[in-house]
Amino acid sequence: MTSLKNLESFTCPLPLRDYRNIVMGHGGGGKLSHDLVQHLFAPLFDNPLLAPLNDQAVFAVNGARLAFTTDSFVVKPIFFPGGNIGDLAVNGTVNDLAMSGATPLYVSAAYILEEGFSLDDLTRVTVSLAKAARRAGVQVATGDTKVVEEGHGDGVYINTAGIGLVPEGVNIGAANARPGDAVILSGAIGLHGIAILSQREGLKFDSEIVSDCAPLYDLVAQMLQVTRDIHTLRDPTRGGMASTLNEIAEAARVGIEIEERAIPVPKDVAAACEMLGLDPLYVANEGKLVAFVPSELASAVLEKMQSHPLGREAAIIGRVVAEHPGMVIARTSIGGTRVVDMMVGEQLPRIC
Amino acid sequence: MQNVDQFRDEKKVRVVLDELARVLTRDWTLMEICGGQTHSIMRYGLDQLLPRQIELVHGPGCPVCVTPLELIDKALVIAARPEVIFTSFGDMLRVPGSTTDLFQVKAHGGDVRIVYSPLDSLQIAREHPDKQIVFFGIGFETTAPANGMAVYQAAREELKNWSMLVSHVRVPPAMSAILEAPENRVRGFLAAGHVCAVMGYWEYEPLAAKYKVPIVVTGFEPLDLANGILAAVRQLEQGRAEVENAYPRAVRREGNQPAQKIIADVFEVCDRKWRGIGEIPESGWRLREAFRAFDAEHRFQVSDLRVSESPQCISGLILQGRKKPNECAAFGKACTPTRPLGATMVSSEGACAAYYRYGRRIGQ
Repeated sequence: MTSLKNLESFTCPLPLRDYRNIVMGHGGGGKLSHDLVQHLFAPLFDNPLLAPLNDQAVFAVNGARLAFTTDSFVVKPIFFPGGNIGDLAVNGTVNDLAMSGATPLYVSAAYILEEGFSLDDLTRVTVSLAKAARRAGVQVATGDTKVVEEGHGDGVYINTAGIGLVPEGVNIGAANARPGDAVILSGAIGLHGIAILSQREGLKFDSEIVSDCAPLYDLVAQMLQVTRDIHTLRDPTRGGMASTLNEIAEAARVGIEIEERAIPVPKDVAAACEMLGLDPLYVANEGKLVAFVPSELASAVLEKMQSHPLGREAAIIGRVVAEHPGMVIARTSIGGTRVVDMMVGEQLPRIC
Repeated sequence: MQNVDQFRDEKKVRVVLDELARVLTRDWTLMEICGGQTHSIMRYGLDQLLPRQIELVHGPGCPVCVTPLELIDKALVIAARPEVIFTSFGDMLRVPGSTTDLFQVKAHGGDVRIVYSPLDSLQIAREHPDKQIVFFGIGFETTAPANGMAVYQAAREELKNWSMLVSHVRVPPAMSAILEAPENRVRGFLAAGHVCAVMGYWEYEPLAAKYKVPIVVTGFEPLDLANGILAAVRQLEQGRAEVENAYPRAVRREGNQPAQKIIADVFEVCDRKWRGIGEIPESGWRLREAFRAFDAEHRFQVSDLRVSESPQCISGLILQGRKKPNECAAFGKACTPTRPLGATMVSSEGACAAYYRYGRRIGQ
């Protein structure tokens, strides 16, 4: 543990010193966010629950293993095709719990409201939040409301925290991925990020691109029925698949190889990405997960996922290797290979 | 998307590469002009699939990379002014000036906004009559027509609060400069398909004749690039040096004439300094006298700037195809996309960024 003396003499470490102020990229879920957590927060909060940098902490209380997580939601626009900040605030948090295999039980909801924000909009957001909680099987057990002056917020920000119960025999974490594991993706990528972007930038496509925002616990529960030996689960939100896979490769000190052609990308998402110069691997999702499972269990888990409405397009997209630890390599559509790096910086509007 | 997918098909690319292997008898060094092509080559790993005898060197066709440091420093000073809303394509925001970048200016309270089109910048000007809106007008022949159109519209609407910081550059004079350099190794060019979609390729015919180099108009998908390389090698092996169009689905010899007319109406040719390379005669465009009122350099008199490049950065040699990014001592160590020393590590079209992002190999 860091002693109090050390805390007082703590100075901003490299590579954070390159920035004297927070820039948008520090919240983008890519390299800058990662550096901020790893070099500033983690060393100062220094404890074994935080250290693995999973999306949730898992600890035992009187014999029960609990998962605990928190997330803040600052999405702009507040209303987007397929959802709004209210259901996003529940789904984001219950998904972080579900990625440990936990059954979500309770969430909190803390609102930061801007002076002048419409009560009608607040009602719409809260109705969605309540419905999403019911759908996910959680109760909003506590909450808070604060109001800030006009110009000091974007209408509404919501923070949620959540508690869930981890079943016995389940031990899921980013560091548990092992060479030989199959990498399974639960469905098509890029929908949430492009839905937000197209709404915000006024882009039009053949059909409206709708966010995939959804609670994933039920899908995870089905997967756990096949086996409790799921090594790693993550929902690739900000920073997209690329950043999530890099985090796992780093945490488990393994290499990951993916087959680009195996990754489902909806036609409209692909077209939007072409137009905007984005790589779908870096675009956010809010209702997808990647699972790392021992290869001999992969087809059974995949089959179960495909029978669930949120996993219909699930596919095995790659495997874990012992070579090039910490690095993600993609085999491209023409048969070449490339490095898939963590997202650098941020050029997109806020997406969650 | 089906249309694009056929140009990313392994079997089709393989057929072209097999033919390439068949016609090839010796080593050849080719340059792809455009940074977009460099990225595509690295993104799809095409470089790994080419016969060893083919060396691709990466050209100066990255507008963000060649924008002179003096102008970036000017942009930073203008963007920090309280009355200014500074609008730019996203790529420019992270390009390092002498001491800072536009992201940092934004973090310190400057109003810096990403736009997807110069016309969006005009719209901001209409909505904020009390502010001065500046658009960072950079790019090659590809962005010039839209930027020219924005100036034209601003003039027609008599917008008093909009101006453009201009750093337009032209490809053909840069190709001459590369070919004139005593250490030049380039034997053939893949010309930038999108530049040619605007300008056509008649401009390149005197170059091919004078310097005896094949110039093949080439697209950006892996199959386009493979076809461009095959066409250039075939010419070299047969001792020909012609301008050839390997991107006929987008390019005609005469180009897009209405777009050329807008450029000619709004801009005039000028000498232009290229970052890392130096001044190249007649390689730029500036606003004509009639539109000078919309030139941000005139509107905001910024002087007394002292520019300083990183002494470690070799982006000039990289932009001329004389060095590869991984031959730089700072590459991936002192210089990364989060801590770039030079613009080639920043832009989505920069060669160093392409090498870093896609090409780092195990052990590097």
